[in-house]
Amino acid sequence: MKSGRFWAWVVFVLGAAYFFIPLIATIEFSLRMRRGVYSLDAYKVVLGDSQFQATFMFSVIVAVFTILLGVLIVVPTAYWIRLRMPQIRPIVEFITLLPLVIPAIVIVFGYIRMYGSNSPLPFLATNTGANALLVIGYATLALPYMYRAVDTGLRTIDVRTLTEAAQILGAGWGTIISRVILPNVLIAVLSGAFLTFAIVIGEFTMASLLNRPAFGPYLQNLVANRAYEPAALSIIAFVITWGCMSLIQILSRFAPKSANRPN
Amino acid sequence: MAEPFLSIQHVRKSFGATTVVEDFNLDVAPGEFVSFLGPSGCGKTTVLRMVAGFEEPSAGKIVVSGKDITRLKPNQRNVGMVFQAYALFPNLTVAQNIGFGLKVAGMPKAAIDSRVAEMLGIIRLPQMADRYPYQLSGGQQQRIALARAIAPKPKLLLLDEPLSALDAKVRISLREEIRSIQKKLGITTIFVTHDQEEALSISDRIAVMYGGKAEQVGTPFEIYNRPATKFVANFVGTLNVLEGKVTDAASGKVQVNTQEVSLKGKLNGSKSGDTLSLALRPEAISLGRQPGHDTSLSGEIAEVHFLGSVIRVRVGIGGNTVSLDTFNNSATPPPVVGEKADISFSSGDMLVLH
Repeated sequence: MKSGRFWAWVVFVLGAAYFFIPLIATIEFSLRMRRGVYSLDAYKVVLGDSQFQATFMFSVIVAVFTILLGVLIVVPTAYWIRLRMPQIRPIVEFITLLPLVIPAIVIVFGYIRMYGSNSPLPFLATNTGANALLVIGYATLALPYMYRAVDTGLRTIDVRTLTEAAQILGAGWGTIISRVILPNVLIAVLSGAFLTFAIVIGEFTMASLLNRPAFGPYLQNLVANRAYEPAALSIIAFVITWGCMSLIQILSRFAPKSANRPN
Repeated sequence: MAEPFLSIQHVRKSFGATTVVEDFNLDVAPGEFVSFLGPSGCGKTTVLRMVAGFEEPSAGKIVVSGKDITRLKPNQRNVGMVFQAYALFPNLTVAQNIGFGLKVAGMPKAAIDSRVAEMLGIIRLPQMADRYPYQLSGGQQQRIALARAIAPKPKLLLLDEPLSALDAKVRISLREEIRSIQKKLGITTIFVTHDQEEALSISDRIAVMYGGKAEQVGTPFEIYNRPATKFVANFVGTLNVLEGKVTDAASGKVQVNTQEVSLKGKLNGSKSGDTLSLALRPEAISLGRQPGHDTSLSGEIAEVHFLGSVIRVRVGIGGNTVSLDTFNNSATPPPVVGEKADISFSSGDMLVLH
């Protein structure tokens, strides 16, 4: 028993060291821009850079649109599959997993061939079109996370009975989804949204090959040319991601308690 | 019956090759409380779901107030429904749940608030308006579900086994409450249950269902005392079944064990020499020979079960075992297993099962 506990602690300490040592080293390095003393100079340089602000804002806006597109596609799909077509659930799950096994570079080359300026759908002929294509691409990349989050949320409520209860009270599909289903899976949707946000903020391949002024290519460019600023940027990106995760945890406390199952 | 309020006409429902409801017919009068009673899989919930609009009949039609609603969507039928699983919206408070149908209908907020308060008064939970469903007990949730169903003043109320998820004590009080509210509002109600006691205690009429068909439709008194089929007799209440042989069809003489019983007018075309299944309710049988009982049989006490106010005794007679109930009397000791005993009954209480 005591021996088991000892080895459990050993594994825990090794795991924590694997996670924290690079993090601490990066923080330490990011503070050494000024010779001989610790300072926040690297952070000041990064945050004061107009390109940082522009690319970060661009990625934030793209992330917001990606989340909206993801919610619009995934929530009705996952809901309808649970309600009416549970038999095709394995097929849809397989499709949503494809972005994990098909590299982003393959998807983006496909886009370039399909939606170039000479194609019937010339998304890439204009900046707006290219931005829209980037949003669509990101929605595809985030599909495994968004679908799973929403589907897990739907599993916690009795979708069919709640739908029927709303229908018999006179509600149409719009009312049912917006006032009954969505509020009850909101936390799951937010989880998917934050994961999407984290993916979009750091994504490089699609943004770079579609030539979009996003945060990922900016980060890569900085890493190639500077020493201390990339470390500071990594820490900033890390804080943003952890902030998103913390928000999921906080919001989950306000989730409606499921009371639609008999005691 | 005068003009029926709800008329279910020759309704059939098939899922693929399986027919779950077959030629179901029922007329329900305005304000009537009708129960669908039957075992699992008998089609009672499917009929209810067709009335609600969640399932479309494969054939037949459903008419409410003279209007054919067979192809209408559930949200166009003005029907209220209470589900077994309560189905309260977890994200809404009690008041918002009750007001949901009113808000969907576009009623002004003041009118919604007033109706919600009225409903909370009817179900005697006026202090619960701001609670969420997870803060309520099962019985309270089901009362809220009832209030939500009747708040929009539906033409018809459908109750899909609303009591089966509740404990015994709450079930009894809530079924009485449902009946009292239904009578007060005069709302035509269909109640689905597999619990015969529930159906017998609160219904105006009962449709006993089996294999997708209505075996018998009648008042609780008729269903219990004059079951039309062997299934109804077996399903509703406890029943003793004895085998008998028709000895003289013309005079209605049937031999049970070594005794001859007169069942004149009940043989329904049976011929001399036919074997019949005869049924007796436990409460129709007395231990010992009682005045007024024209038939008696002798046997041996096989089992004695003390149930408090009642003692259930099982008496072995030939190859049959007969159950009977006697009231507990502190001055009289209960029968002893192995004792010889006579039982008696009136042949008029004997049912011939077809």
